[in-house]
Amino acid sequence: MKSSERNGKFEPVIGLEVHVELATASKMFCGCRNEFGAPPNTNVCPVCLGLPGSLPVANARAIEFLCKTGLAFGSTIAPFSKFDRKNYFYPDMPKNYQISQYDMPLTTGGGVTLASGKRIGLTRIHLEEDTGKNLHSGGSIARSEYTLVDYNRAGVPLMEIVSEPEISSAEEAEAYLGELKSVLSYIGVSDVKMHEGSLRCDANVSVRPSRSKELGTKVEIKNLNSFRFVGRALAYEIERLEASLRNGERIVQETRGWDETTGTTHSMRSKEYAHDYRYFPDPDLVPMNPNVADAERWRRELPELPAAKRERYVRDFGLPAYDAGVLTEDRPTAEFFEAVVAAGGAAKQAANWTMGDVRRVLQKHELTLAQSKLRPQTLAALIKLVENGTISGKAAKEVIEPVAVEGRAPQDVVAERGLAQTSDQSEVARFVDDAIAQQPDSVASYRAGKEKAFEFLVGQVMRLSRGKANVELARRLLKERLG
Amino acid sequence: MKTGHEIHDAIVARKLSAVEAVSAALGAVTAAEPMLKAYLTLTPERALERAKAIDQRIARGENPGLLAGVPVAVKDLFCTAGVRTTSGSKILENFIPPYSATVVERLEGAGAVIVGKTNMDEFAMGSSTENSAFYPTRNPWDGEGVPGGSSGGSAATVGARGVPIALGTDTGGSIREPASFCNVVGVKPTYGRVSRYGIVAFASSLDQAGPLTLDVRDSADTLEVIAGHDPMDSTSVDVPVPHYAASLRADLRGVRCGVVREFEEALKSDAKMTALFQSAYRVLEELGAQLVPVSLPHAKYGLATYYLIAPAECSSNLARYDGARYGLRVKGDDVFSMFEATRTAGFGAEVKRRIILGTYALSSGYYDAYYVRAQKVRTLMKQDFDEAFERCDVIACPPVSCPPFELGAKTQDPVAMYLMDYFTIPMSLAGLPAMSVPAGFVDDLPVGLQIVAPAFEEGRMLGVAHAYEQATRWAWQREPMIGSAAGGVR
Repeated sequence: MKSSERNGKFEPVIGLEVHVELATASKMFCGCRNEFGAPPNTNVCPVCLGLPGSLPVANARAIEFLCKTGLAFGSTIAPFSKFDRKNYFYPDMPKNYQISQYDMPLTTGGGVTLASGKRIGLTRIHLEEDTGKNLHSGGSIARSEYTLVDYNRAGVPLMEIVSEPEISSAEEAEAYLGELKSVLSYIGVSDVKMHEGSLRCDANVSVRPSRSKELGTKVEIKNLNSFRFVGRALAYEIERLEASLRNGERIVQETRGWDETTGTTHSMRSKEYAHDYRYFPDPDLVPMNPNVADAERWRRELPELPAAKRERYVRDFGLPAYDAGVLTEDRPTAEFFEAVVAAGGAAKQAANWTMGDVRRVLQKHELTLAQSKLRPQTLAALIKLVENGTISGKAAKEVIEPVAVEGRAPQDVVAERGLAQTSDQSEVARFVDDAIAQQPDSVASYRAGKEKAFEFLVGQVMRLSRGKANVELARRLLKERLG
Repeated sequence: MKTGHEIHDAIVARKLSAVEAVSAALGAVTAAEPMLKAYLTLTPERALERAKAIDQRIARGENPGLLAGVPVAVKDLFCTAGVRTTSGSKILENFIPPYSATVVERLEGAGAVIVGKTNMDEFAMGSSTENSAFYPTRNPWDGEGVPGGSSGGSAATVGARGVPIALGTDTGGSIREPASFCNVVGVKPTYGRVSRYGIVAFASSLDQAGPLTLDVRDSADTLEVIAGHDPMDSTSVDVPVPHYAASLRADLRGVRCGVVREFEEALKSDAKMTALFQSAYRVLEELGAQLVPVSLPHAKYGLATYYLIAPAECSSNLARYDGARYGLRVKGDDVFSMFEATRTAGFGAEVKRRIILGTYALSSGYYDAYYVRAQKVRTLMKQDFDEAFERCDVIACPPVSCPPFELGAKTQDPVAMYLMDYFTIPMSLAGLPAMSVPAGFVDDLPVGLQIVAPAFEEGRMLGVAHAYEQATRWAWQREPMIGSAAGGVR
């Protein structure tokens, strides 16, 4: 190893394989319901249990969902595609082979554009079936007397999205997953609930000296079941690989498991023990030929995607890129925001409210936008009340809660609580005089030249008036009084 | 003994009740069984109950279908809800499926009454039914001979006049060879003509269910009942099912019959077999057919091709038998040793041999040289038939190279056993319809004639076989050794 490598900088090269459970009504190859959380072994039939003589029939909707995903990422739909069998023995797999796709995936190419503007290329997206779930009586297989198997998940349609090795940091991997999740929920092909396992991720990572063109030996990390795991596991693994290279060690190609409790990865198997899956075309299924007309229809059905929305928000609404990113993360939020603007709410105000107080109030009451009683027109009305000076921004923060949770009209809340801003000179003057009387120290500091004390006194006026005092008037009167 | 259509006609005309027909069949089957051993499970109570229901429907003036009240048997790899289905294997010895195969539902839907599940080579792998994990079946025409296989039990019970109709499956010859051995008609339909849903799989791209019957008309009727698209099997083809009985003919005027040069050559050294087929071809000519020499240059690679593709598919299809969910379980220290112990104890030698062959053929580094290449040869074989059928309407050829052999004659030599399928494998690889119809006797043992047609031309094939059958009536010329006198419905 060159000394420059021992002391120099390294760069990680990361590729992600993301498994996504598709939100179809039925399973991939049979009519059983595809749902999470049903009592064990209730959504099963001869086909997904692999009983003798049963045969798979491909779910057309799953094929459509996959192709739509490909179209959303600019991938090419294969004119001819087929299913293959991946053969290995495991008790959560009823047939001891998994129907998957080997050399002719449904889509190839395309890419995921991150908020940073960087595009991560996609190698392929293919369709396969999920396995059942092993429930070890002792928590882990080694400590268990017996293992129960729940086949409800067996045969659930699973889409595998394989990226090119173009991700260059743990943070970028998280951004990639975030964007993937966002697009998948926009087009409605998956629930994207990581905690229910509808999104699972394996990472291939290698490290090479900066400016080197060759890829280093790669390590595969399995069992990354949350975004946080992915970031932490990659950060750990990159450190480990860089340390190995610095110490002049040879990196072994292997599969490693992420252990969330210890925060480390451990070797699961090396390449010498890699399975021979004996892939071959599944003779029980006919090849797929997605036709051009279908693809055109699917393309038309795609909604505006987050990347396009981000660009438009910056261009048309003059929003900062950060706001555009936050607002477009999920489709209901983006659509809500746009509806507020359409109803006459100023864009920046609509953005602030949507990202700030609306989100805060909904979180407090554990509501989603859809579950809440907040309508875009109502928020737009509230924004206008602030804009035309009817209420102060502070008062508006008090109004939003009953509006969002109880569905009250903002005007009613304002009237009921007496929150309308007052520009009555004598009324405001009373609050100003009270503030000056109560805060002699601040008055003294202001007169001694401390400008900050003035803002404090303005705040006191607003507090005493419960936000009702017209702030401009309050400032003018304060200035006059403090002379 | 009456044929299926005769029984149907008598029942519909109320000259015979379904209960009488089924009782007579059960009697004949039970009488022959100690010698014949054609069945793995008999279902007399279920059969009589169903027969009663058929009679009630007829009494109400309903027409219960094309096979109303006809006693039938099905090979023990057709799943039958609530009735044990073993596929001839210890690993499924106590397996009771919760569902029925589509063809079983269609058969019963047409009024047929299943009297039992027939013996077979384990997982349909074999040509003599000696690979049954339970016991071998005897040939009704020769108590020392094998009935052929793997649908040996189905062929034997029809040959012994137990039931007029039985279902078998044909992967590389498993209907046609036993049909030839047992002097019955056996039809392998076009791949995709009949649903495979609920049939314990051996080799998915080759398996096809079909009838074994006393006469051609029964095969035509049975095929009409079981054929057609099934939404549960995406390899079943959505082609309309004709009324096959309408294509049965009495002469062969205008029909061009291909005779395969390579097959004539292969059989040349056997004077008796050659003489039998020459006289069969003469009958076709006398019926008005024109004999046309055709060539299948790749047929000689059939066996090698088949023994890569079929084991490869079986190695994957049979992976599910691991003791985890159903069937035999032999305990082990952990789950993988349980799998190993279960499969070691549950599978017979031939099944293990083919799983190993197939696993090897699919292994990384060998896949292209074996499996992919075999699929290419398969394409060439299809082209051979395409070219042949440009010159002829059907092909007439031997289904077997010899009459039934004695039990144990080939069990020590797997390759000799594999060679039994030499004349039937090419059609299987090409996915074509082919059948065997009784064609006479060599050394007092039955031999069939194979008729092959282009894809989905079962009607044409049955028509030719019918003309030949009516002109020769080989199935009725002699009485079988087992089962004859006591036989079935008279």
